[in-house]
Amino acid sequence: MKSEPHVSIRTYALVFLALLVLTGLTTAIAFLDLGGNINTMFALAIAVCKALLVILYFMHVRYSDKLTWVFAAAGFFWLLILIGGTMDDVLTRPQLSPSTASVPAQDYPR
Amino acid sequence: MSKVEPFQAHHFDDVEQQHEASWLGMWVFLATEVMFFGGMFAGYFVYRHWYLQAFAAASNQLDVLLGGINTAVLICSSFTMALAVHSAETNKRKALIIFLVLTIVLGTVFLGIKFFEYHSKFEEHLVPGSAFAFPGPFERQAEIFFSFYFAMTGMHAVHMIIGIGLLTTLVLKAKRGRFSAAYHTPVELTGLYWHFVDIVWIFLFPLLYLLGRHL
Repeated sequence: MKSEPHVSIRTYALVFLALLVLTGLTTAIAFLDLGGNINTMFALAIAVCKALLVILYFMHVRYSDKLTWVFAAAGFFWLLILIGGTMDDVLTRPQLSPSTASVPAQDYPR
Repeated sequence: MSKVEPFQAHHFDDVEQQHEASWLGMWVFLATEVMFFGGMFAGYFVYRHWYLQAFAAASNQLDVLLGGINTAVLICSSFTMALAVHSAETNKRKALIIFLVLTIVLGTVFLGIKFFEYHSKFEEHLVPGSAFAFPGPFERQAEIFFSFYFAMTGMHAVHMIIGIGLLTTLVLKAKRGRFSAAYHTPVELTGLYWHFVDIVWIFLFPLLYLLGRHL
Protein backbone atom coordinates (compact mmCIF):
# COMPACT_ATOMS: atom_id res chain seq x y z
CA MET A 1 0.00 0.00 0.00
CA LYS A 2 1.23 3.51 -0.68
CA SER A 3 2.67 5.09 2.44
CA GLU A 4 3.28 8.60 1.12
CA PRO A 5 1.15 10.95 -0.99
CA HIS A 6 1.34 10.76 -4.77
CA VAL A 7 1.72 14.45 -5.41
CA SER A 8 2.92 17.37 -3.31
CA ILE A 9 0.61 20.27 -2.44
CA ARG A 10 3.01 22.54 -4.33
CA THR A 11 2.48 20.55 -7.54
CA TYR A 12 -1.30 20.61 -7.04
CA ALA A 13 -1.18 24.38 -6.56
CA LEU A 14 0.91 24.90 -9.71
CA VAL A 15 -1.47 22.75 -11.79
CA PHE A 16 -4.41 24.64 -10.29
CA LEU A 17 -2.87 28.00 -11.29
CA ALA A 18 -2.04 26.71 -14.79
CA LEU A 19 -5.67 25.61 -15.24
CA LEU A 20 -6.96 29.05 -14.25
CA VAL A 21 -4.48 30.82 -16.55
CA LEU A 22 -5.42 28.55 -19.48
CA THR A 23 -9.12 29.26 -18.83
CA GLY A 24 -8.42 32.99 -19.06
CA LEU A 25 -6.30 32.45 -22.17
CA THR A 26 -8.93 30.42 -24.03
CA THR A 27 -11.57 33.04 -23.19
CA ALA A 28 -9.33 35.90 -24.40
CA ILE A 29 -8.42 34.09 -27.64
CA ALA A 30 -12.11 33.45 -28.35
CA PHE A 31 -12.67 37.20 -28.66
CA LEU A 32 -9.90 37.60 -31.28
CA ASP A 33 -10.80 36.95 -34.89
CA LEU A 34 -8.17 34.53 -36.16
CA GLY A 35 -10.43 32.90 -38.72
CA GLY A 36 -13.03 30.38 -37.56
CA ASN A 37 -10.95 27.24 -37.87
CA ILE A 38 -7.90 28.68 -36.12
CA ASN A 39 -10.08 29.89 -33.24
CA THR A 40 -11.52 26.38 -32.94
CA MET A 41 -8.07 24.78 -33.07
CA PHE A 42 -6.81 27.05 -30.26
CA ALA A 43 -9.91 26.37 -28.15
CA LEU A 44 -9.56 22.59 -28.56
CA ALA A 45 -5.77 22.60 -28.10
CA ILE A 46 -6.08 24.52 -24.82
CA ALA A 47 -8.92 22.26 -23.66
CA VAL A 48 -6.76 19.18 -24.38
CA CYS A 49 -3.85 20.72 -22.41
CA LYS A 50 -6.15 21.41 -19.45
CA ALA A 51 -7.59 17.89 -19.60
CA LEU A 52 -4.06 16.41 -19.68
CA LEU A 53 -3.03 18.44 -16.63
CA VAL A 54 -6.09 17.17 -14.73
CA ILE A 55 -5.55 13.56 -15.82
CA LEU A 56 -1.79 13.44 -15.21
CA TYR A 57 -1.66 15.29 -11.88
CA PHE A 58 -5.10 15.53 -10.21
CA MET A 59 -5.96 11.97 -11.31
CA HIS A 60 -2.43 10.70 -10.53
CA VAL A 61 -1.98 8.95 -13.88
CA ARG A 62 1.54 10.34 -14.22
CA TYR A 63 2.48 8.42 -11.08
CA SER A 64 0.55 5.27 -11.91
CA ASP A 65 1.59 2.00 -13.52
CA LYS A 66 1.46 1.21 -17.24
CA LEU A 67 -1.81 -0.66 -16.92
CA THR A 68 -3.53 2.52 -15.70
CA TRP A 69 -2.09 4.39 -18.70
CA VAL A 70 -3.61 1.80 -21.02
CA PHE A 71 -7.00 1.96 -19.28
CA ALA A 72 -7.03 5.76 -19.30
CA ALA A 73 -5.90 6.01 -22.91
CA ALA A 74 -8.40 3.40 -24.17
CA GLY A 75 -11.44 5.59 -23.60
CA PHE A 76 -9.89 8.52 -25.43
CA PHE A 77 -8.62 6.29 -28.23
CA TRP A 78 -12.16 5.06 -28.93
CA LEU A 79 -13.41 8.63 -28.65
CA LEU A 80 -10.93 9.56 -31.38
CA ILE A 81 -12.30 6.79 -33.61
CA LEU A 82 -15.88 7.88 -32.88
CA ILE A 83 -15.34 11.56 -33.69
CA GLY A 84 -12.64 11.01 -36.34
CA GLY A 85 -14.70 8.43 -38.23
CA THR A 86 -17.83 10.58 -38.08
CA MET A 87 -16.13 13.76 -39.24
CA ASP A 88 -14.21 11.84 -41.90
CA ASP A 89 -17.60 11.09 -43.45
CA VAL A 90 -19.18 14.50 -42.93
CA LEU A 91 -16.20 16.55 -44.14
CA THR A 92 -15.53 14.54 -47.30
CA ARG A 93 -19.12 14.25 -48.58
CA PRO A 94 -18.80 17.27 -50.93
CA GLN A 95 -15.79 15.70 -52.76
CA LEU A 96 -17.37 12.27 -53.11
CA SER A 97 -20.92 13.24 -53.94
CA PRO A 98 -21.36 16.84 -55.13
CA SER A 99 -25.14 16.58 -54.88
CA THR A 100 -24.87 16.37 -51.11
CA ALA A 101 -22.37 19.22 -50.96
CA SER A 102 -24.87 22.01 -50.52
CA VAL A 103 -25.54 22.46 -46.85
CA PRO A 104 -29.05 23.81 -46.32
CA ALA A 105 -28.56 27.54 -46.82
CA GLN A 106 -31.86 28.51 -45.28
CA ASP A 107 -33.67 27.28 -42.29
CA TYR A 108 -35.95 24.29 -42.53
CA PRO A 109 -39.65 24.49 -41.56
CA ARG A 110 -40.83 23.31 -38.18
CA MET B 1 0.85 -13.52 2.76
CA SER B 2 0.57 -10.10 4.30
CA LYS B 3 -1.38 -9.27 7.43
CA VAL B 4 -5.15 -9.22 6.87
CA GLU B 5 -6.50 -5.69 7.48
CA PRO B 6 -10.07 -5.20 8.70
CA PHE B 7 -10.98 -3.38 5.48
CA GLN B 8 -9.75 -6.20 3.25
CA ALA B 9 -12.54 -8.17 1.55
CA HIS B 10 -12.10 -11.95 1.75
CA HIS B 11 -11.95 -12.50 -2.02
CA PHE B 12 -8.71 -10.53 -2.40
CA ASP B 13 -5.26 -11.90 -1.69
CA ASP B 14 -4.05 -8.67 -0.14
CA VAL B 15 -4.97 -5.00 0.20
CA GLU B 16 -2.79 -4.03 -2.74
CA GLN B 17 -4.71 -6.34 -5.05
CA GLN B 18 -7.96 -5.02 -3.63
CA HIS B 19 -6.87 -1.44 -4.27
CA GLU B 20 -5.71 -2.17 -7.83
CA ALA B 21 -9.01 -3.88 -8.67
CA SER B 22 -10.99 -0.86 -7.46
CA TRP B 23 -8.67 1.62 -9.16
CA LEU B 24 -8.74 -0.10 -12.56
CA GLY B 25 -12.47 -0.76 -12.27
CA MET B 26 -13.03 2.97 -11.82
CA TRP B 27 -10.95 3.71 -14.92
CA VAL B 28 -13.04 1.24 -16.94
CA PHE B 29 -16.18 3.02 -15.72
CA LEU B 30 -14.69 6.38 -16.69
CA ALA B 31 -13.90 5.02 -20.17
CA THR B 32 -17.61 4.20 -20.58
CA GLU B 33 -18.35 7.75 -19.42
CA VAL B 34 -16.00 9.11 -22.09
CA MET B 35 -18.05 7.14 -24.64
CA PHE B 36 -21.32 8.38 -23.16
CA PHE B 37 -20.39 12.06 -23.43
CA GLY B 38 -18.42 11.36 -26.63
CA GLY B 39 -21.60 10.51 -28.53
CA MET B 40 -23.03 13.93 -27.71
CA PHE B 41 -19.76 15.65 -28.62
CA ALA B 42 -19.67 13.82 -31.98
CA GLY B 43 -23.25 14.92 -32.71
CA TYR B 44 -22.37 18.46 -31.73
CA PHE B 45 -19.38 18.53 -34.13
CA VAL B 46 -21.51 17.31 -37.06
CA TYR B 47 -24.27 19.90 -36.59
CA ARG B 48 -21.77 22.61 -35.83
CA HIS B 49 -20.12 21.87 -39.17
CA TRP B 50 -23.46 21.98 -41.02
CA TYR B 51 -25.02 24.97 -39.24
CA LEU B 52 -21.94 26.99 -38.29
CA GLN B 53 -23.56 30.43 -38.66
CA ALA B 54 -26.62 29.51 -36.63
CA PHE B 55 -24.47 27.81 -33.98
CA ALA B 56 -22.25 30.89 -33.67
CA ALA B 57 -25.26 33.21 -33.36
CA ALA B 58 -26.94 30.91 -30.83
CA SER B 59 -23.70 30.52 -28.86
CA ASN B 60 -23.55 34.30 -28.49
CA GLN B 61 -26.78 34.14 -26.48
CA LEU B 62 -24.93 32.32 -23.68
CA ASP B 63 -23.34 34.32 -20.87
CA VAL B 64 -19.54 34.03 -21.20
CA LEU B 65 -18.97 35.68 -17.83
CA LEU B 66 -21.17 33.17 -15.97
CA GLY B 67 -19.72 30.28 -17.99
CA GLY B 68 -16.19 31.48 -17.22
CA ILE B 69 -16.94 31.90 -13.51
CA ASN B 70 -18.40 28.40 -13.45
CA THR B 71 -15.27 27.04 -15.15
CA ALA B 72 -13.13 28.67 -12.46
CA VAL B 73 -15.46 27.36 -9.72
CA LEU B 74 -15.14 23.80 -11.06
CA ILE B 75 -11.35 24.06 -11.31
CA CYS B 76 -11.28 25.27 -7.69
CA SER B 77 -13.44 22.30 -6.69
CA SER B 78 -11.05 19.90 -8.45
CA PHE B 79 -8.20 21.52 -6.50
CA THR B 80 -10.01 21.08 -3.17
CA MET B 81 -10.84 17.47 -4.17
CA ALA B 82 -7.16 16.80 -4.91
CA LEU B 83 -6.30 18.29 -1.50
CA ALA B 84 -8.94 16.07 0.13
CA VAL B 85 -7.25 12.98 -1.35
CA HIS B 86 -3.89 14.36 -0.20
CA SER B 87 -5.28 14.81 3.33
CA ALA B 88 -6.49 11.20 3.35
CA GLU B 89 -3.10 9.99 2.14
CA THR B 90 -1.38 11.88 4.95
CA ASN B 91 -3.89 10.75 7.62
CA LYS B 92 -5.29 14.23 8.28
CA ARG B 93 -8.91 13.54 9.10
CA LYS B 94 -9.95 17.09 9.93
CA ALA B 95 -8.43 18.48 6.74
CA LEU B 96 -10.05 15.67 4.75
CA ILE B 97 -13.51 16.64 6.05
CA ILE B 98 -12.87 20.35 5.45
CA PHE B 99 -11.74 19.81 1.84
CA LEU B 100 -14.63 17.43 1.09
CA VAL B 101 -17.12 19.99 2.41
CA LEU B 102 -15.41 22.76 0.39
CA THR B 103 -15.72 20.61 -2.73
CA ILE B 104 -19.43 20.11 -2.03
CA VAL B 105 -19.89 23.87 -1.51
CA LEU B 106 -18.11 24.72 -4.79
CA GLY B 107 -20.11 22.07 -6.65
CA THR B 108 -23.31 23.57 -5.25
CA VAL B 109 -22.21 27.08 -6.32
CA PHE B 110 -21.68 25.71 -9.83
CA LEU B 111 -25.18 24.21 -9.88
CA GLY B 112 -26.67 27.43 -8.49
CA ILE B 113 -25.12 29.50 -11.30
CA LYS B 114 -26.27 26.86 -13.80
CA PHE B 115 -29.81 27.07 -12.43
CA PHE B 116 -29.72 30.85 -12.81
CA GLU B 117 -28.54 30.47 -16.43
CA TYR B 118 -31.24 27.91 -17.24
CA HIS B 119 -33.84 30.19 -15.68
CA SER B 120 -32.90 33.13 -17.91
CA LYS B 121 -32.91 30.84 -20.98
CA PHE B 122 -36.51 29.94 -20.15
CA GLU B 123 -37.40 33.61 -19.87
CA GLU B 124 -35.66 34.39 -23.19
CA HIS B 125 -37.57 31.63 -25.02
CA LEU B 126 -34.35 29.79 -25.79
CA VAL B 127 -35.49 26.40 -24.49
CA PRO B 128 -36.24 24.05 -27.43
CA GLY B 129 -39.94 23.39 -27.81
CA SER B 130 -43.09 25.17 -28.92
CA ALA B 131 -42.14 28.40 -27.12
CA PHE B 132 -38.69 28.59 -28.74
CA ALA B 133 -38.03 31.88 -30.53
CA PHE B 134 -34.79 33.08 -32.10
CA PRO B 135 -34.43 36.22 -34.21
CA GLY B 136 -32.86 35.92 -37.64
CA PRO B 137 -33.17 33.46 -40.50
CA PHE B 138 -31.91 30.34 -38.70
CA GLU B 139 -34.44 29.80 -35.94
CA ARG B 140 -34.74 26.00 -36.30
CA GLN B 141 -30.99 25.50 -36.60
CA ALA B 142 -30.45 27.63 -33.48
CA GLU B 143 -32.98 25.38 -31.74
CA ILE B 144 -30.69 22.44 -32.47
CA PHE B 145 -27.80 24.28 -30.83
CA PHE B 146 -29.89 24.79 -27.71
CA SER B 147 -30.94 21.13 -27.76
CA PHE B 148 -27.24 20.23 -27.59
CA TYR B 149 -26.66 22.91 -24.96
CA PHE B 150 -29.36 21.58 -22.65
CA ALA B 151 -28.60 17.90 -23.27
CA MET B 152 -24.86 18.27 -22.66
CA THR B 153 -24.90 20.74 -19.76
CA GLY B 154 -27.92 18.89 -18.33
CA MET B 155 -26.14 15.51 -18.31
CA HIS B 156 -23.10 17.26 -16.89
CA ALA B 157 -25.24 18.76 -14.11
CA VAL B 158 -26.72 15.31 -13.34
CA HIS B 159 -23.16 14.03 -12.92
CA MET B 160 -22.41 16.93 -10.57
CA ILE B 161 -25.47 16.11 -8.45
CA ILE B 162 -24.40 12.44 -8.24
CA GLY B 163 -20.88 13.61 -7.33
CA ILE B 164 -22.21 15.81 -4.52
CA GLY B 165 -24.17 12.80 -3.23
CA LEU B 166 -21.01 10.66 -3.24
CA LEU B 167 -19.03 13.41 -1.48
CA THR B 168 -21.72 13.70 1.19
CA THR B 169 -21.45 10.01 2.05
CA LEU B 170 -17.65 10.43 2.17
CA VAL B 171 -18.00 13.25 4.72
CA LEU B 172 -20.23 11.06 6.90
CA LYS B 173 -17.80 8.14 6.65
CA ALA B 174 -14.79 10.38 7.29
CA LYS B 175 -16.48 11.71 10.44
CA ARG B 176 -16.77 8.14 11.67
CA GLY B 177 -13.05 7.73 11.05
CA ARG B 178 -13.42 5.17 8.29
CA PHE B 179 -10.49 6.48 6.21
CA SER B 180 -6.78 6.41 6.88
CA ALA B 181 -3.50 6.61 5.00
CA ALA B 182 -3.72 2.81 4.63
CA TYR B 183 -7.31 2.77 3.37
CA HIS B 184 -9.04 5.64 1.55
CA THR B 185 -9.98 4.03 -1.77
CA PRO B 186 -13.51 5.56 -1.84
CA VAL B 187 -12.02 9.05 -1.43
CA GLU B 188 -9.52 8.39 -4.22
CA LEU B 189 -12.13 6.97 -6.64
CA THR B 190 -14.68 9.71 -5.96
CA GLY B 191 -11.82 12.11 -6.71
CA LEU B 192 -11.30 10.43 -10.10
CA TYR B 193 -15.02 10.79 -10.84
CA TRP B 194 -15.07 14.43 -9.79
CA HIS B 195 -12.03 15.29 -11.92
CA PHE B 196 -13.60 13.51 -14.90
CA VAL B 197 -16.74 15.64 -14.58
CA ASP B 198 -14.44 18.68 -14.46
CA ILE B 199 -12.78 17.54 -17.72
CA VAL B 200 -16.18 17.29 -19.44
CA TRP B 201 -16.84 20.91 -18.52
CA ILE B 202 -13.35 21.93 -19.69
CA PHE B 203 -14.51 20.89 -23.20
CA LEU B 204 -18.10 22.12 -22.89
CA PHE B 205 -17.09 25.66 -21.96
CA PRO B 206 -15.14 26.56 -25.14
CA LEU B 207 -17.39 24.54 -27.47
CA LEU B 208 -20.69 25.97 -26.22
CA TYR B 209 -19.87 29.41 -24.83
CA LEU B 210 -16.87 30.63 -26.87
CA LEU B 211 -17.77 29.38 -30.34
CA GLY B 212 -19.16 32.59 -31.86
CA ARG B 213 -17.46 35.32 -29.87
CA HIS B 214 -15.23 36.75 -32.62
CA LEU B 215 -17.99 36.88 -35.25
